[in-house]
Amino acid sequence: MDSTSTGWNDIYLPEMATLLRSEPMTADERFFECKLDSGKELGHMPGQFVEVSVLGIGEAPFSISSSPTQTGSFQMVVRNVGNVTHAMHGLKSGDKIGIRGPFGTHFPVEDEMRGKDIVFICGGLGRVPVRSAINYVLDNRDDYGEVTILYGTKSPAERLFLDEVEAIVSKENVKYLETVDRGDEEWTGNVGVITTLMTDMMVDPRKTVAVICGPPVMFKFAIMSLYKMGMVDKNIFVSLERHMKCGVGKCGHCQIDGLYVCQDGPVFRFADIAEVQEAIQ
Amino acid sequence: MTKATNLRLDYDVTILPPKSFFQPQNETLLSFQRGKGYRSVIETEPFLLLGVHPYDMVAITQMDEIFSQGNGDVHYVSRRQNATIVVVDVENVSPDVFAGHMGTYKVEEGWDVLLTKVADQYLVESKTERGAALMSSLADVPDADQGWLEMRQLVWERNKGRLRRHELEAEPSTWPDLLEEAYDHPIWEEKAKLCFSCGSCNLVCPTCYCFDVRDEVHWDLVSGERFRVWDGCMLVNFAKVSGNLNFRKDEAARYRHRYYRKGKYVPSKIGGQIACVGCGRCITACVAKIANPVEVFNRLAGGR
Ligand SMILES: Cc1cc2nc3c(=O)[nH]c(=O)nc-3n(C[C@H](O)[C@H](O)[C@H](O)COP(=O)(O)OP(=O)(O)OC[C@H]3O[C@@H](n4cnc5c(N)ncnc54)[C@H](O)[C@@H]3O)c2cc1C
Ligand code: SF4
Ligand code: SF4
Ligand code: FES
Repeated sequence: MDSTSTGWNDIYLPEMATLLRSEPMTADERFFECKLDSGKELGHMPGQFVEVSVLGIGEAPFSISSSPTQTGSFQMVVRNVGNVTHAMHGLKSGDKIGIRGPFGTHFPVEDEMRGKDIVFICGGLGRVPVRSAINYVLDNRDDYGEVTILYGTKSPAERLFLDEVEAIVSKENVKYLETVDRGDEEWTGNVGVITTLMTDMMVDPRKTVAVICGPPVMFKFAIMSLYKMGMVDKNIFVSLERHMKCGVGKCGHCQIDGLYVCQDGPVFRFADIAEVQEAIQ
Repeated sequence: MTKATNLRLDYDVTILPPKSFFQPQNETLLSFQRGKGYRSVIETEPFLLLGVHPYDMVAITQMDEIFSQGNGDVHYVSRRQNATIVVVDVENVSPDVFAGHMGTYKVEEGWDVLLTKVADQYLVESKTERGAALMSSLADVPDADQGWLEMRQLVWERNKGRLRRHELEAEPSTWPDLLEEAYDHPIWEEKAKLCFSCGSCNLVCPTCYCFDVRDEVHWDLVSGERFRVWDGCMLVNFAKVSGNLNFRKDEAARYRHRYYRKGKYVPSKIGGQIACVGCGRCITACVAKIANPVEVFNRLAGGR
């Protein structure tokens, strides 16, 4: 006889979802839209992530790229780097995946960001989770002040969501600025790291919130540029990446100091981690 | 074992801690089948763990807290609920134990039955219903009188003094504060220079519980299992992410991380309890002879 009586749900058990769309975006990134088979909404907030299972291959964490204002399905963008991501690139619409989550903290779209001017700073794949917040803000345009979106990639070919730029800039009081580390023959835009977009920028530090997500090297420099504009740690939110396995605060992989990035993050108020060793390199 | 007389309760320390009974080295979490999805696998039946040492019992109660807090882990907790634990006070002192310094030379809670060898006899105390049920199966045993209880007290006092193969000068309660100031201490580099990143110190530690999760497909290619295996923060790839980026790429960063887990990070999650119980297994297991927590914390207490 098994004398257990927890009555708990299994935190490791995925629920099934069906892919509605699976489309290539760039050479390495693929776009997915899916829907839980239960018919329920995922119920996420911008900045959260899910653990995706591919049957027989494994599980990996991915940011949710769509805004909860878009109901009925949710979206992800996956870069092909290894086992699970490679298998995902082979999936087509109609195929099944397993989903756990949503997990983690989110951008404070309903709290600190409301009523404020917002600067979104995204580098590379960092655009994926930030897109969820951008879309949320633009879908509730009246609740926020000026919006500035800064987007940096290594090359023009790596830029994501180009087809959405027109809709973004057509909204009132929205600025969208791009830069690339290296241009190509056709590129006529900015060249240089993302902070080059910030040199002449002016914000009102008292009513501005900044959101940053990108490769680890980017944070320090982006934050220094924000300091120059007079911004302070409590109005800066960062989304960090770490190796994650369980997503629920058990496996130990994502730890920095006393924090589990999967639970206490991935979105942190910078003031809360500015002094934490190993958080920002 | 076929005969009770073959039972040896005087062993000094087991090579692996009892964590393997609650979080097996290789543990199936889910099964899956193409077209059907995933199903929880909770494989456990009632079992008796006989002869657990007090320091290991303390580690088990710490793991109980870790796995049941927040998002409870039904796999761990189910195994734990199925366990009846008989703790035995230490008879023979192992080569590297320092439980006498850590307050873990005896243990008040977590167990069902406690055995203490007193003058060639075992004093038996039960704490729980399960323990009482076990004890009721003992025929014709006299109740211990005050004299026996005092002798048991002496065994504990003696163990407190004996289980000190390494002299700890830094009170365990000071460890979190010592670490607060020690992030840039030279000791991490100095010791880690000799580290092989073999992970043995993680493997043998009763309070190391980090894990990796993997999938395995059966030969039929339609079904399989998802299982978890022990992982260790001393292993090179533990904090690696894609793009060839490793958040703890250097030995010293990993070496330091392990001590911060024992003395600061995990304690902050379990009400301040220090997540080293002084079993000394890591000291014995480390071929480079650098894994001794006593040396590290003595040094931190002594300044640079
Ligand atoms: C909160 C969060 C959000 C993320 N969002 C996205 C996203 O929106 N799009 C995207 O493409 N990627 C995202 N990632 C990264 C993605 O999880 C990893 O690329 C993925 O886990 C690699 O799995 P794999 O099986 O394909 O690679 P593997 O074959 O396992 O290994 C490839 C490389 O990835 C590293 N790695 C393995 N497992 C993990 C892990 N669990 N976490 C991080 N690195 C790992 C390995 O060390 C190795 O260097 C996110 C990661 C986190 C933590
Ligand atoms: S750190 Fe070493 S002495 Fe402390 S509990 Fe772990 S194995 Fe035992
Ligand atoms: S047992 Fe010793 S050599 Fe091996 S990882 Fe631990 S400290 Fe390094
Ligand atoms: S991913 Fe397992 S603890 Fe955070």
